Amino acid sequence: MQKEISTISVQPTVAAVPVELASKREKISAHQVCAFFGQNQALKNISLSIPEHSVVAIIGPSGCGKSTFLRSVNRMHEMIPESRITGTLTLDGEDIYQMDAVQVRRRIGMVFQKPNPFPTMSIADNVSAGLRMNGMRDRRRIEEIVERSLRQAALWNEVKDSLFKGGMSLSGGQQQRLCIARALAVSPDVLLMDEPASALDPISTAKIEELMYELKKDYTIVIVTHNMQQAARVSDRTAFFYMGELIEYDGTKKIFTMPSKKQTEEYITGRFG
Amino acid sequence: MFRYRKIKSTALYALCVASVLLALIPLLLIFYRTLSFGFTALNLDFFTQLPKPVGESGGGLANAIVGTMILVGIGCCLSLPVGILSGIYLSEYGQNVFGTSVRFLTDVLSGVPSIVTGVVAYTLVVIPMKHFSAYAGGVALAILMIPTITRTTEEMMKTVPHSYREAALALGISEWKTTLRIILRTSLGGVVTGVMLAIARAAGETAPLLFTALNNRFWHTTLDQPIASLTVFIYNYGVSPFDDWIAQAWAGALVLMLMILLLSIAVRFATRKRYHEH
Ligand SMILES: Nc1ncnc2c1ncn2[C@@H]1O[C@H](COP(=O)(O)OP(=O)(O)OP(=O)(O)O)[C@@H](O)[C@H]1O
Ligand SMILES: [Mg+2]
Repeated sequence: MQKEISTISVQPTVAAVPVELASKREKISAHQVCAFFGQNQALKNISLSIPEHSVVAIIGPSGCGKSTFLRSVNRMHEMIPESRITGTLTLDGEDIYQMDAVQVRRRIGMVFQKPNPFPTMSIADNVSAGLRMNGMRDRRRIEEIVERSLRQAALWNEVKDSLFKGGMSLSGGQQQRLCIARALAVSPDVLLMDEPASALDPISTAKIEELMYELKKDYTIVIVTHNMQQAARVSDRTAFFYMGELIEYDGTKKIFTMPSKKQTEEYITGRFG
Repeated sequence: MFRYRKIKSTALYALCVASVLLALIPLLLIFYRTLSFGFTALNLDFFTQLPKPVGESGGGLANAIVGTMILVGIGCCLSLPVGILSGIYLSEYGQNVFGTSVRFLTDVLSGVPSIVTGVVAYTLVVIPMKHFSAYAGGVALAILMIPTITRTTEEMMKTVPHSYREAALALGISEWKTTLRIILRTSLGGVVTGVMLAIARAAGETAPLLFTALNNRFWHTTLDQPIASLTVFIYNYGVSPFDDWIAQAWAGALVLMLMILLLSIAVRFATRKRYHEH
């Protein structure tokens, strides 16, 4: 499952050097990104590069800034009052903070840690919400996309006979997959997933992991997870965050077999966190 | 110890039930009396005929029924956009000094006696137009309705969890579409309740209409004329010495109550929640 794993050891600098960039185009890059909540600095000089068509896992103890990093990529961070961000983030070489925020979010989808389907909409309408509200009228096409997205999110078989029931009538795990389908329906280039499987049973989790493997043919995926096995299973590269800093970023196999930082090793072996 | 707690709990429960009954008694009495007195004077003529001149019996309050609808309609046309947009503003952008002042003034406005609202509408509309009119009555009712609509819209929109807004924004939906089609849509049930309360209150007001819409014993032909309303008729007929006028006042009260009831049911049905959360 793992992609060509690099054998080059990464320099122990904060700004980790992307190892597979030679073979893959860079999709997202962060350079010296700092994020603040008022006086409180949540991200400190994060620099990393995310290659296209790959899965990058972000791990680290609670409160280390994983969600904050995801939310600075699709510009959700700025929705919080008193928040501030410095440094550069680019998407396909274009400065994300120079682009229109709405355009950024159309290209970078997000699945939140807690499932949040729209309560006033049916299952089908939830999936098509992004399309309809951005002006798509063609019913046939919408139906097609709804079906495709639900199939991708491994939910179609469970809901195909109740597409017009409320989205809230689903179980927590089904709601999470509904949210994934909703994010896929608008066909973003990048999918940010903030602990998408934390509320799921092992079977749904396996489905989601399988989905990520499928999706990376077309998408670039960044996933936050507290589950080390999951990170090891699904990702090509792994970033370890600690106290707002990027400690180590490297090929997943390398991180999990011979991390170059002691903190990383202690974290993945469960000695702190 | 256990018995003591049990007694205390039972006593409190009894107190609650008693309070509920106490609150319900006036409501039931009003309902019963209006129904029994009003029903006898209710017939087809009441809905189709104009009031008869003094001394002649029969006739109806058709013009007043339509008049009340028109006055409340004008009130809604003015207060719904202002109230709902202000509510949206306060909930979305009102976390500043301006928002706080608007909120405070709205609360003050909702406490102003309704007769004062009538005087305001009189100076704003009647004096410049130089005569009483349906417009003036509508303005007076709108002023009464705005605070209720504004504050309920604000409160209801604030109850929508932040996660829905984030979900919509993250889909690349613009902020104003998110506000209108996700946040307002999600809180619609509560907003509608606020609007219905405002309408019910406005439809039952007499004081602000006395020197704005005045009254009219005939059909109005245009909206810049005085217009009849059920409440002003109820007031005039109720204090009159004629038995059939007093009976018609009761019938008017009954019809007003039923109108509001029907409207609430219709609106509830139209905006019902389609998907129940569990
Ligand atoms: N809305 C907020 N307002 C103020 N501070 C915040 C806010 N959200 C997060 N923070 C702070 O930013 C830091 C990073 O939070 P973040 O949510 O990114 O952590 P995380 O790594 O995602 O943790 P978890 O694994 O628990 O989800 C925390 O120290 C937290 O106190
Ligand atoms: Mg988080």
